[in-house]
Amino acid sequence: MFESKSGVFLIAGLGFFAFAFLSNALVPALMYRDLPEKTTAQLVEENSNLMYQFENLANRYPEQFEKYYGEVTEEKCAEALELGRRTYVSEACWHCHSQFVRPVSREEDRWGPVSRTEEYQNVLQRPVMFGTRRIGPDLSREGGRRGNDWHAVHFFQPTMVSTGSPMPAYPWFFDGSPDKPNKRGIALITYVQWLGSWLESYPYYEDFKPIPLPEEIKESIEKEAEESQES
Amino acid sequence: MIDKLAKAEDPRHEQLVDEPIVVAYFLLALGYLALSMLAGLLMATQLVHWNPLNGIELLSPGRWRMIHTNVVAYGFLANAFLGALHWSVPRLVLKPVLDRRLSWFILVAWQVVLLCTFFGIVFGPTLQANIAALERLPFSLGAQGIEWGETPTWIDPLALAGLLLVAVNFMGPIVRTKGPMYVSAWYFIAAFVWTFLTYAMGNFLPQYWLAGTSAGAVGGLFIHDLVGLFVTPLGWGLVYYFVPILLQKPIWSHGLSLVGFWGLAFFYPLNGIHHFLYTPIPMFLQYGAIISTIAVEMVVTTVIVNFFATIWGSGRQLITNLPVRWFYTGMVFYGLTCLQCAMQTTLTFQALIHFTDWVVGHAHMVMFGVFSLWLLGIMTYLFPRLWRTEWYSKELLEYHYWLSSVGLLVMAADLILLGPFQGYYWASLQPWEVSVDGSQPFWMLRVFAGLAMLAGQLCFFYNIYMTWRRSRAQGVPVSTGTQQAPPAEVAPQA
Ligand code: HEC
Ligand code: HEM
Repeated sequence: MFESKSGVFLIAGLGFFAFAFLSNALVPALMYRDLPEKTTAQLVEENSNLMYQFENLANRYPEQFEKYYGEVTEEKCAEALELGRRTYVSEACWHCHSQFVRPVSREEDRWGPVSRTEEYQNVLQRPVMFGTRRIGPDLSREGGRRGNDWHAVHFFQPTMVSTGSPMPAYPWFFDGSPDKPNKRGIALITYVQWLGSWLESYPYYEDFKPIPLPEEIKESIEKEAEESQES
Repeated sequence: MIDKLAKAEDPRHEQLVDEPIVVAYFLLALGYLALSMLAGLLMATQLVHWNPLNGIELLSPGRWRMIHTNVVAYGFLANAFLGALHWSVPRLVLKPVLDRRLSWFILVAWQVVLLCTFFGIVFGPTLQANIAALERLPFSLGAQGIEWGETPTWIDPLALAGLLLVAVNFMGPIVRTKGPMYVSAWYFIAAFVWTFLTYAMGNFLPQYWLAGTSAGAVGGLFIHDLVGLFVTPLGWGLVYYFVPILLQKPIWSHGLSLVGFWGLAFFYPLNGIHHFLYTPIPMFLQYGAIISTIAVEMVVTTVIVNFFATIWGSGRQLITNLPVRWFYTGMVFYGLTCLQCAMQTTLTFQALIHFTDWVVGHAHMVMFGVFSLWLLGIMTYLFPRLWRTEWYSKELLEYHYWLSSVGLLVMAADLILLGPFQGYYWASLQPWEVSVDGSQPFWMLRVFAGLAMLAGQLCFFYNIYMTWRRSRAQGVPVSTGTQQAPPAEVAPQA
């Protein structure tokens, strides 16, 4: 049996493989079968943090947004999320960034709450983006940590905002300059802002102070000028 | 088996082996190795800010990192294995492969799969972003989000069909042999079945059926099975075949061979989840994977012991016989990776080194230090036999050996040492940049080690080219494995 064709073929080849598959793949699948897998539409619908950032993108880059997405709707946001994830996968961001916070090495202090199964039960984690290597930081709590402008400049040329960053530059997510993200650029920023934004209690979103829009900056300067004239 | 080989009516080499296909596979494999190394260098230079091509879409370091690993697995390793199998399987079971035309069809089909993979990963995202018709496709033309399964989804079915044909073509002759078989054949049979199943499981389930944590479990199985159930059994099968031939003595213990094979078959597939310790995958499954990993350690130790016991007493061969040296250097690296593995599978140690360059060092030591060294050893042994002439330059062969093995040793040691540094930088909660800056000297050394490895291969390529020219000049006969009467003066090589 141990040296015969059928023994090797049936027992080692098929049998042991099947045993491992049942115990290591089917068991978790069955354990989690009651957790519904959310669609992108559901993810957008229940997440006001995300819609807030999407709208912020529309206000910040009105021409670009108008050109590639048109209006700020939930459908458009879902579309951007999906394209963002597709880009995240095809540019191998996931080979430099993980998406799970472990309960060790004080990762909670660095990034926020430890990852739980429910967080991964959605189509945007199909295939799941755990990752196996961190050259850059974990991104599963990245949403709201930075403003959209920061991300735009960072993707255009990481060293502009993070000296010495080895992260590659992605000028092809822009129409020539960092204030003109194209369809993929807006999508990727939306995706990054989504990561972690689903948590109920989430310090970054609660404390989030958006970078002011250009008009707001202008207004505040004018106001200040007026005030100083008056005094 | 040995008396059987001696029988006069047994088929001769010329009736068994299709030599041109072995050569074709080897040359293709080496081409892919060079491509993969260039891709690795692109990412390596990016990390130390030496990449002059940063910001060019088609040279996106991320895309080329996926090219690096995929081309090495499916381009270099798979092609080199197929070449070596076309030599060893027919000679082992004394029957030619099922169909010679099928062999050539597979060769072409597999290169098409590889070209599509390359094209998909590098050009797919660009095309899809710029051509409206492609943008509307419901799937991505670019990489698939599964480590080592980045082959775009639209090629997966084709690749799977290719693997099925490979299995059929080699199982044909194996199935027709009678009685108990030699170790190599066990590993080969199992590898054909496992590779097919693993590929199907890893590429389809997490894409179409499962999401989230349970998909992570399948992803872990896939990464691990690809190494353990495709590369490892084919590699072991080949060294079990070539080492006794080269040393001209049998394997030390048949009993240990049995332990090695059956232990690997049972425990290896149960290891996968050790890639995702501390994830939300249920803890009891993580413990299960850790225990099986420790079991595999022990099993693998028996195999290594078996091989070192075999060479015991013939140690001089390590100096004089270059292929033997390649094999045993690989064996030493195998021992080292397993030692490493025993540490990194524990939860305590993994808390520190997971996600760091320790793992990358480990990956290079396994994939290059073990399996590639074995395959390069097989090529060093076979090219002169395929072309029936001596190597053009023994010295260049030595350069190839030393640059490859020392280059790898430096790269692996460097990265493995870097791992704990990174782990402690992170755990100390200093800003992230501190860990990146601290890694710079190590990453720089890695670039040079990589250049040394590449230089070694260039020596080999030149040597192959000159050897081929010499054999052409001598006009030696070629065996195609069809039923021609062997020329009387060529004795079959044992
Ligand atoms: C070569 C590896 C590498 C690749 C590929 C890579 N990154 Fe990074 N990333 C880094 C490093 C290192 C940092 C930390 C330094 C910095 O801020 O630039 C970083 C930082 C980041 C940050 C900021 C995190 C924070 O809040 O400090 C984000 C967001 C990010 N990357 C997203 C991405 C996305 C999206 C992609 C894919 C398009 C990507 N990265 C590809 C290495 C990489
Ligand atoms: C010129 C020589 C080489 C260089 C410069 C090089 C460089 C690299 C780099 C930069 C990475 C990414 C590491 C990271 O994400 O941190 C990598 C990953 C990898 N390389 Fe290489 N490489 C070389 C040769 C090889 C060879 C010959 C093989 C196999 C035979 C190989 C197998 C791998 C594997 C398996 C990984 C994935 C590691 C992981 O994800 O853990 N490399 N390599």
